Formats: sequence, C-alpha cells, structure tokens
Amino acid sequence: MAKWDIETIGEWDWRQFPLGAVIPESGNSRDYVTGGWRSERPVRDKETCTQCLLCWISCPDSAIYVEDEQLPDESFNLAHCKGCGICANVCPVEAITMVPEGCDLPEVK
Amino acid sequence: MAEQKTVAATGNTVVAEAMRQCKPDVVAAYPITPQTTIVEEYAGFVAKGRVHTEYVTVESEHSAMSACIGASAAGARVMTATASQGLALMWEELHIASGMRLPIVMANANRALSAPINIHCDHGDAMGARDAGWIMYFAESAQEAYDNTIMALKVAEDPSVLLPAMSCLDGFITTHSIDRVDVLDDESVAGFVGEYEPANALLDTDDPVSHGAFAGLGGPFFEFKRAQREAMEAARPVITSVGEAYSQLSGRPFDVIETFGMEDAEVAAVVIGSASGNARHIARQLRAQGVKAGVVKVRVFRPFPYAELAEALRGVKAVAVLDRAESFGAEGGPLFLEVRSALYDASDRIPVVSYIYGLGGSDVRLELMERMFADLSDIAAGSAQPGKLVYLGAR
Repeated sequence: MAKWDIETIGEWDWRQFPLGAVIPESGNSRDYVTGGWRSERPVRDKETCTQCLLCWISCPDSAIYVEDEQLPDESFNLAHCKGCGICANVCPVEAITMVPEGCDLPEVK
Repeated sequence: MAEQKTVAATGNTVVAEAMRQCKPDVVAAYPITPQTTIVEEYAGFVAKGRVHTEYVTVESEHSAMSACIGASAAGARVMTATASQGLALMWEELHIASGMRLPIVMANANRALSAPINIHCDHGDAMGARDAGWIMYFAESAQEAYDNTIMALKVAEDPSVLLPAMSCLDGFITTHSIDRVDVLDDESVAGFVGEYEPANALLDTDDPVSHGAFAGLGGPFFEFKRAQREAMEAARPVITSVGEAYSQLSGRPFDVIETFGMEDAEVAAVVIGSASGNARHIARQLRAQGVKAGVVKVRVFRPFPYAELAEALRGVKAVAVLDRAESFGAEGGPLFLEVRSALYDASDRIPVVSYIYGLGGSDVRLELMERMFADLSDIAAGSAQPGKLVYLGAR
C-alpha cells in the first residue's frame, strides 16, 4: 500500500477517512505525537550516566535515542516520551530524574 | 428457482441450517434460552465434520461477541446467535462491531429481559439494541428466519454496506415450534452468498492494517459516525436488491414491509414478528364482514422503512402500532415512535394508537386482536378519540 498521506487530515470530510477507523499501513505510530500526555519529563545527568543503555532497552515507547551505541546529548524523544518514569526507575546509578512539567526545568543537555 | 426440500423443523433448526449453508469461518457463541438449540445444532455440525468452521466456545456473550469481532477483523466470515440477557451482555461489543464496520451476522431469539426473570418472547432485547448500528431483520415464521439469515449475510458483506446484521426470531413461538420450511440446497446458498472478501483483514500481511484506533477529542469520531449513518442508508437499496435476487432463487416474495388488505384499508395494525399471523387472521375475518381492515408487517426494522410505511398507511383512518417491547416514559413503544414519526410528513393527520402486547410471552389471543381492531373502527368512525397507550390484554 502506498504511504498513507495524512498531511491534510485536519481538513478531511467523512468520506475520506478509512473504513471502520482502520489505519491502512504499518509503522506509522511515530507520526502520532503523544508527548503532550506527559506530566513529568526525564532529565539525565550525563556525568553520572554510565551508558549502560538499560533505560533504552526498558523504554516502552522507544523514546530514547541511541547513536553509535551511546546515548547522545539529546537522548530523549520528547515528542513521544509519556513520562512514565521507567527509565528513571531502572537506572542503576540514579542518573535520571523525573521533573514535573510546567516547572522551571534545568537545561536539557 | 433453486431446488428446495420441504422440512418440518423449528425456527432454531433452520437458522442453524442457514448458518451451515453460509459457511462461516468462525462461530463464537454462548448458549442461552431460547437460542440454545441454534448453537447446539451448529456444534453438532462441527463435531460431525459437516462444516470447517472454527467454533469458539466462550465463557459469556461478552466474550462471544468479542471473539466474533476479533475474528471478523482478522478477515473471517463470522456468525453467531444469542438472546435476551446474552444480547444485553454484548451491548458494548454491538457498538464496536458496527463502528469497526464488521459484517458479523447474529441470530437473536427474542426474549424478555429480567426482572422479573422470564424466558419467553418479547422484543425488549432487540429493541434495546436498536441504536447499536446493526441492520435488523425480524421473522414472523421459521421460514422467514431461515430466509432472513441468508439475506442478512449477503447484505452485511456488501462492499457498500459492511455493517453487522441481526436476524431476529420470536423466542419459543418461532424458535421452538415445528413449522413447515422450504430449505434451499447447499450449492444454491453458497452461490448466493458468494465468497467473503474482507476489506481490511488483519491477517493480510501484504497489506498490514491496524484496527481499533483511537479517535478522541479533536479526532474524527464524529466523521466516522457520519460514515456509519451513510452505510445504513446505503443498506436500503442493497436490502431490496438482495431481497429480489433471493426471491428469484427461492420463489418467496420479500419486502421490507409486508402488507395485507392495505389497498383499501381504513383501519390498520402495524406489527412485527410472530403476532402478525393473528393480526392478519382477524383482519381477514373483518374484511369478510365488510370492515376494511389491513395489516402492515415490518420485516426490516433497521434501516427503518419509513417511506414504505408512510406509503402503505396513506388514506387509513386509524392505525394501531403493536409493540412487543416497552420504552418506559416514551409516548409509546419503539415501533410506535418510528411509525408515528414516519407519518409526520403525511398530508393527512392519521390517528395512531400505541398498543403494548405480549411482554414476557404473554399470550396474544385472537380476541385481543379483535378488541384492537374494534377500537380502531370506533376511532375511524369518530365515535371515540384515540386514547393513551393501551396495555393489550394486561389484567
């Protein structure tokens, strides 16, 4: 099936939506931004982090980036992180802190 | 016309036979009186290897309809059967099946809802599901239950419809009484219903899809409901054309409403299901005495045949709508509300009276039909005003 083009979905009328609310292709969940559900965001202390990647393995939303087997500086995909806190919970060196959204956030490094 | 075999059988037996002939891939069902013998017979077909159906035994009707939905989303032809409390327990899944546009066909053996507990016929179960987005056929006889079940499948699976459909038959009166039924041969039914081509099969790995998506605030939920309404409207011509094709095959006429004496009727009863025969019997007697009595039987309740009803009732001086179901607090029973609404745009203002009858299997005796027609004659003659709702025959 051709790539499902949802660019103009906001203007579609009832005839244009797929039958029975199916999503007629696979692998497009990254197009659906869910980060707005989050009430707390993970903040990683790069000095403490040992790059064990347990957080990356444990993230249920695949919202942690890895480049060259390392967490990059911007390691969280905040468009999809829902703030569940599993990464902070599994971190063996407590390098990840959950910080309430809407508060003054430390610079995400 | 196809070759047919005349059998003496109960409504449930011939519904099970219709299901077997439609060759569903999956049947997921839970037994409940008075539907039980449908699923018993079907389990027998499975046990004897007469069908290749995956028969899923489940722990409740909630699970039965859930399994049907999963199987239908996977791309299977799915049929099931239920009644009363079972249908009530399926309530949330009924809406899911129609919202997901899954053409599941389900027989419903009409039975009263508790309390007090009762296992006998009324239409309260099905009328409770009238807004669930299912096409709804109602049978007067075992023959109609058989015919409706086959037609319902063909309509439900039509690419322009894709909605679930219910084939209702009256509990015990139709489900358990031995009736004369003409049954089509297997090849004719198989040819008539054809192969099912699912629109969005989960098991189609070449074309992967997701079912059950979220359409919340700001999402297109409203637009999906609009599409459902259009699909139900699209079902009207399909029901008619499938009915015509089935009439060719079976030699039995079909229409969404069936009329008796309506060409010149001055008083008329509108009725659903097995009580239609008694209404017709009294109307026939009255006509022999010079009373212009008529009967309109509603065979398809969803989509509701409002144009056909308005046309059939044109020129009538008094109408009784017989409901085997309650809608407490409403001005009348569910069928009454539909019929009176259908008449609103008519140029003549026809008096319409709501009669509630036969709840919980309460007997619909001939003298009750006589009394109802006598009331109508008084109203038509101007010697009585149309009264409030009547509980026909209640002590």
